[in-house]
Amino acid sequence: MSLDDLYRQVIMDHYQHPRNRGHLEDASVAVALHNPSCGDELLLELAVKDGRVQEARFTGRGCSISMASASMLTEAVRGKPVAEALKMAENFRQMLQGGPAPENLGDLASLQGVVKFPMRIKCALLAWDALEKGLSQAGEKACPARNEVQNEENDGRPGSK
Amino acid sequence: MTKDLPQAEILDPSKPASLSPADLLDVDKIRPDFPILGETIDGHRLVYLDNAATSQKPRIVLEALRRFYEHDNANVYRSVHTLAARATQAYEDARARAARFIGAARPEEIVFTRGTTEALNLVAAAYGRSVLRPGDEIATTVAEHHSNLVPWQQTAKATGARLVFLPLRADGQIDLDAARRLIGPRTRIVAVAHVSNVLGTVAPVAELAQLAHAQGAVLVVDGAQSVPHMPVDVRALGADFLAFSGHKMCGPTGIGVLYGRYELLEKMPPVLFGGEMIEVVELEDSTFKDPPYRFEGGTPNIAGAVGLAAAMDYLDGIGREAIHRHETALTAYALERLAQVPDLELYGPRQVPYGGSGGSESVDSPAPGGRPGANALKTGVLAFNLRGIHPHDLATVLDAEGVAVRAGHHCAQPLMRWLGVQSTARASLYLYNTPEDVDALAAALAKAKEYFRRVSG
Repeated sequence: MSLDDLYRQVIMDHYQHPRNRGHLEDASVAVALHNPSCGDELLLELAVKDGRVQEARFTGRGCSISMASASMLTEAVRGKPVAEALKMAENFRQMLQGGPAPENLGDLASLQGVVKFPMRIKCALLAWDALEKGLSQAGEKACPARNEVQNEENDGRPGSK
Repeated sequence: MTKDLPQAEILDPSKPASLSPADLLDVDKIRPDFPILGETIDGHRLVYLDNAATSQKPRIVLEALRRFYEHDNANVYRSVHTLAARATQAYEDARARAARFIGAARPEEIVFTRGTTEALNLVAAAYGRSVLRPGDEIATTVAEHHSNLVPWQQTAKATGARLVFLPLRADGQIDLDAARRLIGPRTRIVAVAHVSNVLGTVAPVAELAQLAHAQGAVLVVDGAQSVPHMPVDVRALGADFLAFSGHKMCGPTGIGVLYGRYELLEKMPPVLFGGEMIEVVELEDSTFKDPPYRFEGGTPNIAGAVGLAAAMDYLDGIGREAIHRHETALTAYALERLAQVPDLELYGPRQVPYGGSGGSESVDSPAPGGRPGANALKTGVLAFNLRGIHPHDLATVLDAEGVAVRAGHHCAQPLMRWLGVQSTARASLYLYNTPEDVDALAAALAKAKEYFRRVSG
């Protein structure tokens, strides 16, 4: 158990220089999540249009892992089709359950070390819980995209949060 | 049980010399009682400073549990065989032990619960809901643990009563002058923590009891952070109810106590219905046993009560005044050590106050409410933040050094707001902690700073 497995430089960089921090004027959904055990707060705003995540921004207060994960998430999902963003969330979750780091995760792969710190996994997942909730809400709001998202939801994914 | 360590063994010249070795317990004799303290964490000696969350258990408690299950185990009250008699005797002995431990008038004033949370819920649901009327007031503070706030919120909603918050002074102590104004004829219940689980402040319980009783109100004391650490006498304090947990005082998890003055318990309806709390059950209605049995529906945590009694024996064997003196001296030392850590913000009082008596006279003097060391206004609960490092990250780095602390809001979100922080780290001391543990914390904090400076570079 080495601290350097957890606090990779790229993580600290995202923590100190968060990407896409702020609000969206044309957000389709905004999801506020709160980690009741540690007090971390996160507001994730998504602009979803034509089945794609056009923009993602976040604000919040939390530890380096939760904030870096949120920052990386906003970069990773921007411009992605909803289905692909959800797949990414699934891959990320699997990585934190000890699975391999998929190639398409980019900076997010740096969070793989969290696996060795089980008490911190929920920190890394906070933003992804918000993403899944947000995309599900966006799907319900935007009728054209509804079926697509719901199919994705029912696609055998392990219990979405 | 005190030892006269030459100060040089503990302190180097660069450190403050305010530690009074004469006030410390002979921890070298105590630590072997706790098998878990021999654990190593990632190659480091375990420095366990999360005692406000739960304490470790001495072998004598573990053996009491084992002995009970190996020799006496049966259900209580229900059967007439030998083991049932032994188990019932052990359980009732534990009740009498708990009564003696806190100075209750009789064993029947002790209701066994799962812990402090359940005990406070029981008072709020059974006592609160039966006496409160619309417009009545429940006085409490923003510093309460959620378990002494949320049950009252629910009771207030159900009865139309109102919550009134007694303000805190800048250092987190209850402002007694304001309390005098706010505790009035509409006040029916005053519910406060004896010791804050974040700030370590000791509430002026005896004074609050007088204010409450003058208005015909009752005082409910959350003793989760006081009963394990200092002598607590319910009658000297004037507490009408006192709740505490076994697991924070060297006992097992899942057992706790609600003390209530018997005439108050008699007024309370049961809230948990079922086995062994009834007298006569008809098809349409039932009658209930007298207190405390009417509050203990279902098979209770018998072994837990036995283990708790063993923990009480253990603590009294060392002496609760001696434990309190030890922790007070250690707290004063920790406050000075933490004050030397750059960029550390400490919440709550910065001083015990504690003069480093060098002897026991000053802390032994009788004090209002039967508290020893009434000059100790802060116990060994130390909440802090290191600037620029989130407490979760800090706790992870401290853990890598073997130092176990808590990070988070400590089930006290309103107090976090009052402090203007989202969360804090918290180190909390107990009888087996040493000045070396405090030094290890200080050293680990310095290392954490250095670590984050490096990885952020």
